[in-house]
Amino acid sequence: MIRFLVFRALGLIPVFFIIVTVIFFLIRLAPGGPFEQGERFVAPEALEQLRAAYNLDAPLYKQYFDYVAGLFHGDLGPSMKQPSRTVAEWIVLRAPVSIELGFYALLFACTIGLLAGVTAALRPNSVTDYVPMSFAMIGICVPNFVLGPVLMLIFSIWLGWLPVSGWGPPATKVLPALTLGAAYVAYIARLARGGMFEVLAQDFIRTARAKGLGEARVVLRHALRGGIQPVVSFLGPAAAGLLTGSFVVEKIFRIPGLGSQFVEAAFNRDYTMLLGAVLFYAALILVFNLLVDIAQALLDPRVRYGK
Amino acid sequence: MKLRTSLCIAMLAISAWTIGCSSGGGGAAGGAMLHVGAGAEPQNLDPYRVTGHNEHRVLTSLFEGLTTLNQETLAVEPGAAQSWTVSPDGLVYTFKLQPNAKWSDGTQVTAKDFVYGWKRHLSARLGSEYTYMLWCIKNAEEYTKGTLTDFSQVGVKAIDDTTLEVSLKYPVPAFLTMHIHYAWFPVLQSNVEAFGAIDDPNNTKWTRAGNMISNGPFKLEEWSPNQIIRVVRNEHYWDAANVKLDGVEFYPISDLATEEREFRSGRLDLTESLLSTKIETYRRDNPDLLHIDPLIGTYFYRLNTTRKPLDDPKVRRALAMSIDRQSICDSVLFSAVVPASAFTPPGLAGYTPESSIPYNVEEARKLLTEAGYPNGEGMRPLDILFNESEDHRRIAEAIQDMWKKNLNIEARPTQQEWKVYLNSLTTLDYDVARSAWIADYLDPINYLECFETGGGNNRTGWSSPEFDALVEKTRLSPEQSVRFPLLQQAEQLLLNEAPLAPIYSYRQRFLLAPRVRGLKSNMLGYLNYKTFSLADAQ
Amino acid sequence: MASNPQAYEQGASLWKDAWQRLRRNRLAVVGMAVLVFVVLSVIIGPWLSSYSYETQDRVKGAVAPNAANWFGTDTLGRDLLTRILYGGRISLMVGIAATAVSLSIGVLYGAFAGFAGGRTDALLMRIVDILYTLPFTIIVIILSVYFQKSLILLFMAIGAVEWLTMARIVRGQVISLMQKEFIEAAQVMGLRRRRIVLRHLIPNALGPIIVYTTLTIPQVMLLEAFVSFLGMGVQPPMSSWGLLIHDGANVIEEYPWMLLFPSLALSMTLFSLNFLGDGLRDALDPRIAKD
Repeated sequence: MIRFLVFRALGLIPVFFIIVTVIFFLIRLAPGGPFEQGERFVAPEALEQLRAAYNLDAPLYKQYFDYVAGLFHGDLGPSMKQPSRTVAEWIVLRAPVSIELGFYALLFACTIGLLAGVTAALRPNSVTDYVPMSFAMIGICVPNFVLGPVLMLIFSIWLGWLPVSGWGPPATKVLPALTLGAAYVAYIARLARGGMFEVLAQDFIRTARAKGLGEARVVLRHALRGGIQPVVSFLGPAAAGLLTGSFVVEKIFRIPGLGSQFVEAAFNRDYTMLLGAVLFYAALILVFNLLVDIAQALLDPRVRYGK
Repeated sequence: MKLRTSLCIAMLAISAWTIGCSSGGGGAAGGAMLHVGAGAEPQNLDPYRVTGHNEHRVLTSLFEGLTTLNQETLAVEPGAAQSWTVSPDGLVYTFKLQPNAKWSDGTQVTAKDFVYGWKRHLSARLGSEYTYMLWCIKNAEEYTKGTLTDFSQVGVKAIDDTTLEVSLKYPVPAFLTMHIHYAWFPVLQSNVEAFGAIDDPNNTKWTRAGNMISNGPFKLEEWSPNQIIRVVRNEHYWDAANVKLDGVEFYPISDLATEEREFRSGRLDLTESLLSTKIETYRRDNPDLLHIDPLIGTYFYRLNTTRKPLDDPKVRRALAMSIDRQSICDSVLFSAVVPASAFTPPGLAGYTPESSIPYNVEEARKLLTEAGYPNGEGMRPLDILFNESEDHRRIAEAIQDMWKKNLNIEARPTQQEWKVYLNSLTTLDYDVARSAWIADYLDPINYLECFETGGGNNRTGWSSPEFDALVEKTRLSPEQSVRFPLLQQAEQLLLNEAPLAPIYSYRQRFLLAPRVRGLKSNMLGYLNYKTFSLADAQ
Repeated sequence: MASNPQAYEQGASLWKDAWQRLRRNRLAVVGMAVLVFVVLSVIIGPWLSSYSYETQDRVKGAVAPNAANWFGTDTLGRDLLTRILYGGRISLMVGIAATAVSLSIGVLYGAFAGFAGGRTDALLMRIVDILYTLPFTIIVIILSVYFQKSLILLFMAIGAVEWLTMARIVRGQVISLMQKEFIEAAQVMGLRRRRIVLRHLIPNALGPIIVYTTLTIPQVMLLEAFVSFLGMGVQPPMSSWGLLIHDGANVIEEYPWMLLFPSLALSMTLFSLNFLGDGLRDALDPRIAKD
C-alpha cells in the first residue's frame, strides 16, 4: 500500500510540470497583461516599474524558469493584482471555503442522487423510475445562474427563511450548496441507476432472492455495494468539478472562495494568482483520484494496488 | 411581496443583528453602524496602490487629505489642514495643519507625513497608477521619471510640524478640491516601514487590520476579503466629537442583483448602484428609497479618426448627430440618465458649454452626402466596440438600430472582455468604442485635456494644434473669467470635429434606507462619512 | 463485405433489439418527440415569424405575452418568441459543432490508443489523465478571450478540449472488441490495420459513442449559457438561449417572461436530450443486452 502511494506520488511530479508549462504560456497568449493602460491613462513609467517589479520585463523563457525555480522553493510568488496577500496566503485563506462548499454540495448530490438512482433502478420504465429521474435531472437542465437567483428569491426574499448571501452561519451555506450540488444529482442518479440495474440482474442477487431474503435486505445488503461502484469512481471527477466550477455560485451568493478568485485572476491577467490556483486545483484533483482508487480497492477486492 | 412590510421586518432584523455583532464580535462597534454596499472587493487598501471607485468608498473613511468637501455643496472644508493661504499667482499653497490632528495610534499628524506620503506615491518603483494626479506639483513628474533624484527639489516642503508648503508647476484652480482623492492622502512612515521599504510594491502587510494606522474619522478593524471591511471610530481623530457613526461596514458585492436583494433583506443601508431594470419598480413602489442624482460624468462613443471613413469629420458628425439620445435615456436606461449633447457635463464649477451636437437626422444625412456617402451608400459596416455589460450592450444595439434607420449605415456591436477591450482602445484597433469619463475634480479642463494631441486619454488619433493651443493657454491663468471662454472655444472645436459622440450625462443611482441621515448626494459621488448619522441609533 | 458477415449480422440484430428497447422507454420516446419539435421549430419558425430578431420598438419596451407577441417582448421591444427561435439555432448549432469536434478527436484518439495497445496506449492515456487535471473553467475562459469574434469557432475550440471522456470510452470499447473473435479473424485474414479500425472497430463501438454524443450536446449547450454568464457569448444583436436566460435572470421580478420562456426552451431541450441519451444507453448497452 505504501509503495503504491509513493509510486503514485512520484508519478505526479511530471504531471505538475506539464500543467505549469501549459497554463503559464496559455494565459500569456491572451491579449492584455496585468499592467497595461487602464480605462484612464496610466503613466507608462509606472507600468514599466510594475512590470519590472513582477519580473514581467524579462524574456519569456526567463520568466518561466524563474517561476519554476520559485516553485522548487515552495514559493508561488506575490499576487499581481491583489497584492495585499501573496498567492500562497490567498490560497490558504480562500481554498477552505471552496472545499467546504464543495463538500456540502457533494453530500447533497450523493444523498439525493443515490436515493433517486436506486429507487429508479428497482422498477425500470415505471413511474418510480421516471419521477425520481426527472427530478434528479433538474440540475443539469437549468443553468445554475438561474437556479441560484430563483432559490434566493423564494427562500430569502419571499419566505425570508435564509440569508440572501454571505458565508458564515450555517444558514448561509444551504442555498449555495443546493445550487452547486444540483448539477451532480443527475450524474450520480444516472450512475447509481445504471450500476444497480446491472447488479440486480446478476446471479448472486437471484440466488439471494431465491433464498427468500426480503427485497430491502437484498438491495441494501447485497446489491448496493456493487451498484454504487460507478458512483464511487465518479466522486473524484465530481469533487474536482465542484471545486473548480463554483465560480457562478460564489459570485451570486458572495462567497469568499477560491473559485471566484481564480476566475477573476484570469480576467485580470493576474498570472501568478492564476497559476497558483491551477496548481492547487490540480493537486487536489490528483489527491481525489488517489482517494477514489483506494476506495474502489476497498469496495472491490478484485482491483489490486500497483499497475 | 410588499416591499414596505419586508423592510419593516428587515429593520427589526438589522437591530437584532447589530446587537448580536456588538456582543459577539467585540470591539468598539456599538449601535450606529452604517452598512454599505462596496461594489467589487477592493484591490488593496494602500491609497497609492488602487485605481478604482470602490476603493475610494472605503479609503475616504480611513484617511483624510488636507481638505475635505462639504457633503452637500462640495464647498472646500478643513481636513487635516486647519487653514491655508494661496499666493497671488496661484502657484504656492501654504497649509496650516490641525494642531490636534492625530493618527489612529495617537501620534501627531505632521507636515512631514504628507511629504513622506507624496514622496512614496511619486516613487517610480512603487508603480502607482495614479501618480500623474500629483504631477501638477513642481518637479513631481521629473522625480517620478527619474530625471530628478533629489526629492528636496520637488515642490512640497514641511516648514515645521504644522506648516506644509506646496509649489505648483502651473495654476490649478481646483487644487483645493483634489484632496478628497486617495492620491493625496498621507501615510505614516513608521507604519509603512515597519513592514518593508518605502517603495517596495510588495510591502502591503501594513494595510491589514491590526497593522494599519490611519488619520481619518475611522480606523480599520476587520478586513475579511470578499466578506466584510469593518471600520470603527478613530478616537484620536481631530474632529472625533462630530463623528456620529460608530463605524461603517462595507460589504463587497459585485453582483448588482444580489446587492439589491441584500438591501431588501435589510442587510444594507446604502447600495453601490442599482440594476437599470429595477428602476421602474422602485419608482412605482418605493420612490423614497430610490435616489437618482446628478454625477459629473459623460458616457460617449469614441470614433477612431485614423480609420476610413471615420477620418472625415463630416462622417463623424453625421454619426454623432443621428443618435437619438433622448430615446436611449428614456427607453433603454429607464430615465436614469439625461441626454448629453456636449462633452463636458452640466454643472462643472459654473462652466457651461456654448456648443452642442444636436439630434438632427436631416442635417446628418446632408453631411453624409457631402462626405460622399449619399444614403449611406459605399459606407463599410462599422464595429461598435464595448466591454460586456448588459447596459452597454443594449445601448450599442439601440445605436445600431438608429444608424441603420437614420443613415442606412450598418453597424456591428462587438463585445470584448475588459482587458481585450482596453487593449483595442489603446492600440486604436476599433471603429467606434464605448467610453466614459467621470471627473476627478470639478473643472472642465479635466475633460477637455483628454483630447490634447497624443494625450494618454485621447485614444481616437484626433489631433488639432488649434485645440492644443487653446487648452495650453488656459493653464496660464487661475482666473475662471479668462479660462472659461478659452475652454468653451476648445469644446466647440472638439464638437465640430467630433472625434467623439456624446450620449448621456451620468446619474448616480442607489438605494438608501430612510434611517440614514445627512447623506445628500453630490455631483462627485463623494461620501463624507463623518456627516452621516442613523435615525434609530441611541 | 462478404469477407466478414459476422459483424453485420451482429450489428443488425443489435440495432433492432436496441430500437425495441428504446421504444419501451416512454421518457426517451417523449424526449425524442420534443426534440424533433424543437429542432423543426428553430429551423422553420424564424421564416414563419412576422418579426425579425433585431427590430426594436423602444417606446413599447418590455410587454407581457399577448396576442401579437406570444412570448412577450424584451426591454428593447423585440419579439421574444422570434429571438428564442433564432437563439435556439445558435445554441443548437454550438452544441452540435462542439460535440462534432470532440467526437472526431475523441473517437480517433481513443480508437488509435486502444488499437495500438502496449506502451503507445499507456502513453496516450497518461496524456488524457494529465489533461483531465487542468481546470476546464480556465481553459474555457482563455479560449473565450481568443475566439470572442465567433461563437461557433469558440465552441469548436471547446470541443477540441472536451474530447477526453470520449477518447476513454472509445478506447475501452476497442480494447474489449479487440478480444472478440471476428476481429481476430480479420487480423488472421491479413486485413490492413486501418481497414480494421474503420470497417469493424468503429461501427461496433458506435452504440456507446451515440449515447455519449447525445449526452455531450446538452453539456455543451449548458456551457454556452455559462459563457454568456461570463459576458463572452454570442455577439449582439443576435441572441442565444444562454444570453436570453442571462438577461432574463436579472429581471425575474420585473419581466418574468424574459426568463421563463428562454429557460423553458433550453430546459425542455436539455431534458429531451438527456432522457434520450439515458434511454439509448439502456437500449444499446451490450451488457444489458445479454439479459
